[in-house]
Amino acid sequence: MNAMPPAADPDSAYVRIANLTKRFGDFLAVDDVSLDIRRGEIFCLLGGSGSGKTTLLRMLAGFELPSAGTIRIDGADMSAIPPYERPVNMMFQSYALFPHMSVERNVAFGLEQEGLGRDQIRRQVGEILDIVKMGGFGARKPHQLSGGQRQRVALARALVKRPKLLLLDEPLAALDKKLREHTQFELINIQQRLGVTFIVVTHDQEEAMTLGTRLGVMNHGKIAQIGTPSDIYESPATRFVADFIGSVNMFEGRVSEDGADCLRIQCGELGCTVRAERTVSCTRGATVWTAIRPEKINISRQPLAAAGAQQAGSAENLVRGTVRGIAYMGDMSIYLVQIDSGRMMRVTLPNIMRGAERPLAREESVWLSWHGSSPVILTE
Amino acid sequence: MARLTTASGRRLVAGIPTLWLLVLFLIPFIIVFRISFSEVRLAIPPYTPLLTWRHGSPVLQLHWSAYRFLFTDALYVSSYLYSLKVAAVSTLCCLAVGYPMAYCIARSDAAMRPVLLMLIVLPFWTSFLLRVYAWIGLLKNNGVINNVLMYLGVIHHPLALLQTDFAVYIGIVYSYLPFMILPLYANLEKHDGTLLEAAADLGARPLRAFLRVTLPQSFAGIVAGSLLVFIPAVGEYVIPTLLGRTDQIMIGRVLSDEFFENRDWPVASAVAIVILLLLVVPIMLFQRLERRQLEAAK
Repeated sequence: MNAMPPAADPDSAYVRIANLTKRFGDFLAVDDVSLDIRRGEIFCLLGGSGSGKTTLLRMLAGFELPSAGTIRIDGADMSAIPPYERPVNMMFQSYALFPHMSVERNVAFGLEQEGLGRDQIRRQVGEILDIVKMGGFGARKPHQLSGGQRQRVALARALVKRPKLLLLDEPLAALDKKLREHTQFELINIQQRLGVTFIVVTHDQEEAMTLGTRLGVMNHGKIAQIGTPSDIYESPATRFVADFIGSVNMFEGRVSEDGADCLRIQCGELGCTVRAERTVSCTRGATVWTAIRPEKINISRQPLAAAGAQQAGSAENLVRGTVRGIAYMGDMSIYLVQIDSGRMMRVTLPNIMRGAERPLAREESVWLSWHGSSPVILTE
Repeated sequence: MARLTTASGRRLVAGIPTLWLLVLFLIPFIIVFRISFSEVRLAIPPYTPLLTWRHGSPVLQLHWSAYRFLFTDALYVSSYLYSLKVAAVSTLCCLAVGYPMAYCIARSDAAMRPVLLMLIVLPFWTSFLLRVYAWIGLLKNNGVINNVLMYLGVIHHPLALLQTDFAVYIGIVYSYLPFMILPLYANLEKHDGTLLEAAADLGARPLRAFLRVTLPQSFAGIVAGSLLVFIPAVGEYVIPTLLGRTDQIMIGRVLSDEFFENRDWPVASAVAIVILLLLVVPIMLFQRLERRQLEAAK
């Protein structure tokens, strides 16, 4: 059914996953996933637990056999290839370092399986340990290393064979927050330096957005959306994606006007009409969901100042509410505003000025407004 | 008050085994050790005292004759060497049979494991002596094995199975196999399966992954199981007596003969002390290994 000639377009689809399905008994872990991954990119599979992302990764590594579908890497069908013959290496979530071997022996393990000479192995191990900045630790045993150091050794061990494809299973999950942020950028540097294609599985959207050139959001074994981080964030395709990535204010409504370049949506839950620039096709009367990101909402004491170009009284993209909670995060503040319809809305505001003269207070009455390009209209 | 109770409770918990070892191991050991430095005499007790009084002052009389005797009569040296050989071969056989069994149990379905372990321990429900006697019935000239082989026409004359080294190996391996399997299982069961996946991912075929990852990590289990088999096998008395050769005896038999037949308590004690010294070396090696493993686990 997918009789695509393998070398037809090698650069656009370095890894080609076609109709891949994995069943465990009655449970469909991966459900008919088709996905192309380009050479040299960092592709992040993002999803909650049980979304099938790890099963997909394990099928790429060869630890699980697909129930249906094919995986091609650089044109070669992987169906009958056991893990130890695939041009793929994996960095395990637990790192899976061999506890009875030194760092050097761990990293050399993969090269030894290729039957390389002793000098060449030593040279390559030294090089890769320098790249991950673990040059002086070759003689240590894994239990003598910190979590961050183990992570580097695991990365070095997976990279030393220069695989065509590196699979990373929650690579940063075991690190603390500060170290994780630092390591994210380092991982990107190393990836670009070596030019290896990365597939990263993560449940952490921040990690996925930082690392990934493209993301695939998974839900219930299916790919919900594929795109660049900004595609996914700014133009989510479904309510699941909008809700999963970042936080969002979502309201159900009905299309009341279907203009050439804009839609008007009657939102009972919101208590105003939403005017949105046209991005989806839908008909009058259809039920849709309006999703507005917290940082795309203005919050102010005066309606006019906030509404900008809008005429007063039209009550388009403008609601009144009361501040119920404020969370000061340092770089920004989160305001929980109860709008007049009773629903809560989340608004974030960057703290640009030090010590603003009259900050908003709890229980203060405010106006919320947004630009017509801010709302995303979702039909599913 | 509660503090006092826990402190005294702790002392009690530590005290009982200490007392046990003191009364049932250390004191008998000292007695045996002391007798080994005496000489035989026809009296009750049948050995010379260590301390004698001469002109009102005590005189210590240490006799080395029992030990000297062990190395002058070839019987003892050859019995020691034979015992070590039998124990070593039996231990290796136990390992060869037990490792795959322990491995399979550890890899089997979690629900099946208790059943399989139960089967390993099940023979203990029958008396050890009875089980060894049962092997006589299997191995003797007109025993089950020979009869079946003759009936099938594989052999025409019965094989001499009983009273051979082979019979002793069978008896020891059969009796001590659980002591090999249980520590090995306890070790293998804890192994992290992702390490084998990592090995496969790095290009190691299953056999290589086993040799490079599973085997080295099960080393402590191998040592523990081997010591549990080797140590009692060296001093084994019942199995070689019932199944073994008559021209070559093991040291456990020598010890009992010295004691009960010859009534030579000093030599019997010296034999026991030398066995102990022979076994202390592997035990100390094991403890050093265990300490190293403990440090690694920290």
